[in-house]
Amino acid sequence: MLTEAEFAIVAREVKTRSGAVLTKDLAGACEARLTPLSRREGFSSVSEMLSAARIRPDGQLYAAISDALAQSETRFFRDKANFARLRSEIIPQAIQRRGHERIRIWSAAAATGQEPYSIAMTIEELRSQDHTIAAEIIASDMSERLITKARAGLYTQFEVQRGLPIRTLIAHFEKSGDLWRISDRLRANVRFEQHNLLKHPGTLGQFDIIFCCHVLNAFDEATRLATFQRLADALSPEGVIVLGAGEAVPEGVEGLVVEDGVVRKTSARKAA
Amino acid sequence: MRRCLVVDDSRVIRKVARRILEDMRFEIEEAGDGLEALQACRRQMPDAILLDWTMPVMTGIDFLRQLRQEPGGDKPTVVFCTTENDVERISEAIKAGADEYMMKPFDGDILHSKFAEAGLIDAH
Repeated sequence: MLTEAEFAIVAREVKTRSGAVLTKDLAGACEARLTPLSRREGFSSVSEMLSAARIRPDGQLYAAISDALAQSETRFFRDKANFARLRSEIIPQAIQRRGHERIRIWSAAAATGQEPYSIAMTIEELRSQDHTIAAEIIASDMSERLITKARAGLYTQFEVQRGLPIRTLIAHFEKSGDLWRISDRLRANVRFEQHNLLKHPGTLGQFDIIFCCHVLNAFDEATRLATFQRLADALSPEGVIVLGAGEAVPEGVEGLVVEDGVVRKTSARKAA
Repeated sequence: MRRCLVVDDSRVIRKVARRILEDMRFEIEEAGDGLEALQACRRQMPDAILLDWTMPVMTGIDFLRQLRQEPGGDKPTVVFCTTENDVERISEAIKAGADEYMMKPFDGDILHSKFAEAGLIDAH
């Protein structure tokens, strides 16, 4: 078990680098998740790795520690109501606004890729129903490790059985040894970028739809507010932010309004 | 309470599935092969069937084809639960009338997810 002082250092580094707040009850889980990293790095224990991180000037080891603790819990079509709404309402409205221009969608905390690929599958499904959709999907995560896995599009049998209906699985995946590989066509529809939500997403551009699910609740109030503001700034006029089930916009974010459960950029912000 | 017929020649698998499904508030009946399952269905059609593929006497796929010909046999929601994991086998099962397909090994989360996909329980 990590000592209180060791846990405090880990929590500080994770908060600084990712914004996530680690509570003390996670001390045991932290050690379990850091043990494989400490072995790979040649240390006999997590404590020894933390001692080394303290005196290593380049911060690389702290970065690796923060990365190893990055949130990766996800599943295909997580929060099914979101995807039902994406299909029936959010994408059709975005197409109506955009006309023949492509719509831009950002999966802002993509982890291992299940969310952006679920968005891509939803668009494929709409295309098969005679909708002409020009869309660009950008998926980002702060963890290069998770983005590398997402880009590969390879999933275990356990992963593809969480949230994916069997007909969707065989329509979009093929077997690759013991793993399942998402189709090249869907992989080509998603562009993965490393991006930290603590930074302004300026270079990623403006989006019609932003998915930011099950990540901001791990932030403290001030960080959550500032992050929401950055997301709002990256939203096109009348664009929509999709949050995870049970998540809400904190008070004080300028330019967003919640209408019928959908977080939308306000017209006041549009005029500004 | 809805009823689920668990069809598998492994007593261990039946026991594991029973425990998870009872937590999901299903009443469970068990069968050790396709023929036993067919007899159980003729007595009373269940709401759901969790079905293994490879079994003695009558395989899961043969049982399913037969079931769908029986009076009322279109009603049960059938979820395959098998080590067969090739796309061809999965397609064959769907063509025979399976509603969902689960590949072993599985855990409670996957069983829950598959039953939700099949519309047997609410998604979480």
